[in-house]
Amino acid sequence: MISEIFYMDGYGIYVLGSFAFTFLSFMSLYLVIKNQYEREKNKFIVKFGNLNSERAASAKLQRINREILSNTSTI
Amino acid sequence: MFQLLEPNRIFSITSKAPKYVLLLFILVVSIGLTEALILSPEDYKQSHSVRIMYVHVPAAWISLGIFSTITILSIVGYIFKIKNFFLISKSLAPSGFVFNVIALVTGSIWGKPTWGTWWAWDARITSMLILALFYLMYLIAWRIYEDKEQVFKVTSIITILGIINVPIIKYSVDWWNTLHQPASINILSKSTIHSSMLVPLLIMTAAFALFSLLIFLMKYNTELIKIKNKGLDRL
Repeated sequence: MISEIFYMDGYGIYVLGSFAFTFLSFMSLYLVIKNQYEREKNKFIVKFGNLNSERAASAKLQRINREILSNTSTI
Repeated sequence: MFQLLEPNRIFSITSKAPKYVLLLFILVVSIGLTEALILSPEDYKQSHSVRIMYVHVPAAWISLGIFSTITILSIVGYIFKIKNFFLISKSLAPSGFVFNVIALVTGSIWGKPTWGTWWAWDARITSMLILALFYLMYLIAWRIYEDKEQVFKVTSIITILGIINVPIIKYSVDWWNTLHQPASINILSKSTIHSSMLVPLLIMTAAFALFSLLIFLMKYNTELIKIKNKGLDRL
């Protein structure tokens, strides 16, 4: 049964190759975008930490800044 | 209405949504893979190689859909000066490009057992390759131009020129003699594909759409944080 699924009358290499390429592309894109997100977020946290208390308080008034700081990770 | 799409308002939703979209994607793609690789029947002519359709066709559909969406958003954004539409377009482009590449590569793999060749300069394949080049130009334009007004203008021009290619892709199989078969699924008339193949195809399309939504949300959040980083520099 399992070998039939993989062999597929000789088409297995084409079919599974296509699915493998698709999911490897998905994985690569996901990791690249996640890496970009984490980098920007860390940059934001560092920059926010370098603000003096008055500026930090003013920046914290914006809801989006609070959201970025509160969400440690998207996924 | 456009105020509802203000980044500050929607970040609280877009920042929390990816984890739920990822879970839903995993669920739908698991069902789709079971259907596509195990439960769906083989084709009487193409045998098991027809299963490549379950990744090739959804990828092609979604890359075309994303490019059309980007074009509409760019035109509306340029006319009404809605910067957020450009941000949405920019965030959609990476997944659109990757789906375009997937459609080309899996099409090429499918071509070998079916037509006996990895590549042919056939109207459908060539027009899909041209679409990939437009995606590439669009993505490169965002990297090259620093000035916002300039990048909005250039990317809008690229999408307007690129959208001319979309109906060519769609009707290439009807207008020219190509290796590709005509469309099996029609919205306005009866589809020629059997439901045992249509169901897995639609499930895989839903899974791919969820994946592009996931990537869009993550990229959009990244772009918003980038803007906020610039804002902190100015404080």
